[in-house]
Amino acid sequence: MPHTLILPIPLDITTSDTAVSTVDITSGIDSTYPVYEFHFVNMVPSTSASILAFQVDVGTDTTYQQEITSTTIETEHDEGDSGAALQYRTNRDQANGTNYQQLGEYIYDDGDTSGSGILTLYAPSSGTYVKHWISTFSAYGNATPQISYHTGYINTATAITRIRFVMVNNAMAAQGDIKAGTIKMYGVT
Amino acid sequence: MGLMFITSKTAPGDADSGALRFADGEDGVVFDNTYNEYQFYFVNMHPQNYSNFQFQVNDTDDPGGGFDVSLITSTHFRTYHKEDDSETHLGYSDGHDLAQEAEYQIMANNVDNVADNGCSGVLTIYDPSSITYVKHFISTLQSQHTTTYSQQSFTAGYINDTTAIDEINFKFSGGNIDAGTIYMYGVG
Repeated sequence: MPHTLILPIPLDITTSDTAVSTVDITSGIDSTYPVYEFHFVNMVPSTSASILAFQVDVGTDTTYQQEITSTTIETEHDEGDSGAALQYRTNRDQANGTNYQQLGEYIYDDGDTSGSGILTLYAPSSGTYVKHWISTFSAYGNATPQISYHTGYINTATAITRIRFVMVNNAMAAQGDIKAGTIKMYGVT
Repeated sequence: MGLMFITSKTAPGDADSGALRFADGEDGVVFDNTYNEYQFYFVNMHPQNYSNFQFQVNDTDDPGGGFDVSLITSTHFRTYHKEDDSETHLGYSDGHDLAQEAEYQIMANNVDNVADNGCSGVLTIYDPSSITYVKHFISTLQSQHTTTYSQQSFTAGYINDTTAIDEINFKFSGGNIDAGTIYMYGVG
């Protein structure tokens, strides 16, 4: 049967009807599944020109400042067809940085604008390996779709137990709230 | 819940005018607010003629329409590698993106009709029933390009419409879908 080819299990679904500064998922990330997926549907910031970002932590820690090394590719094309680009985004990557890792480009709070995409986290409970992750995210703001293909690893051999999602500014600092959107967490068998 | 199988269609048997069409309420298709995310898995889509594999949608204001109204703005880039190792490429494809155009969105270009060629991949559409937001989509397809190239195509963007979408049509730009299966899932 086709539907047995892949069967993600929804573990946590957070829908923000009111603005929240962070979405913290602090349970359910363990050795049950080798791969976890986080699906973002129509994420909207309370402050225009904000970027959806994540950080993780271990044990019961709450600092969310694990070291991340990442690569960041972005492509864009404006509605007026005046320009298109495919580029490496040097201001979105980190080199063992402990900032929030940006998943995409600016999202505006402008009625019909939002951002959607997927973050895949591999073997977060490993006690041996660093934690690889891959994301694809489409952000709509300023009459331009900007699609980001970010990947990297969390440079720790300690099990990851929790993840935080937040809106940040261009400098990777928290900015405003998550005004609306749905985040779905799946375990992939 | 999870990745919920909705239905599949296989060419040529399920094809309508050479295309595979998924319309809410027809042939077991659910394409409404039951899910806020839908995925289409393409397995060995094979063209009748050397051409591009592509999609367009109808919104609920245009039921049974000609898939020629919804405006799409998108990006498209690709990477390819020739079988004899003589050529590699990574670049943006100006000719395969759209800027507020009601044309079909190309997901894989120049798919050859040689017997063992074709393309496979996944298209995700977010919240098609929203009446607030534009509809984001992201696709990644692998194809055999002009027979001797392995090509991966990355296409994404939005359907610039705040009316709900409930029909989607897949076809090649030249001739019919000669063979291939599309599996439709709701992501619950």
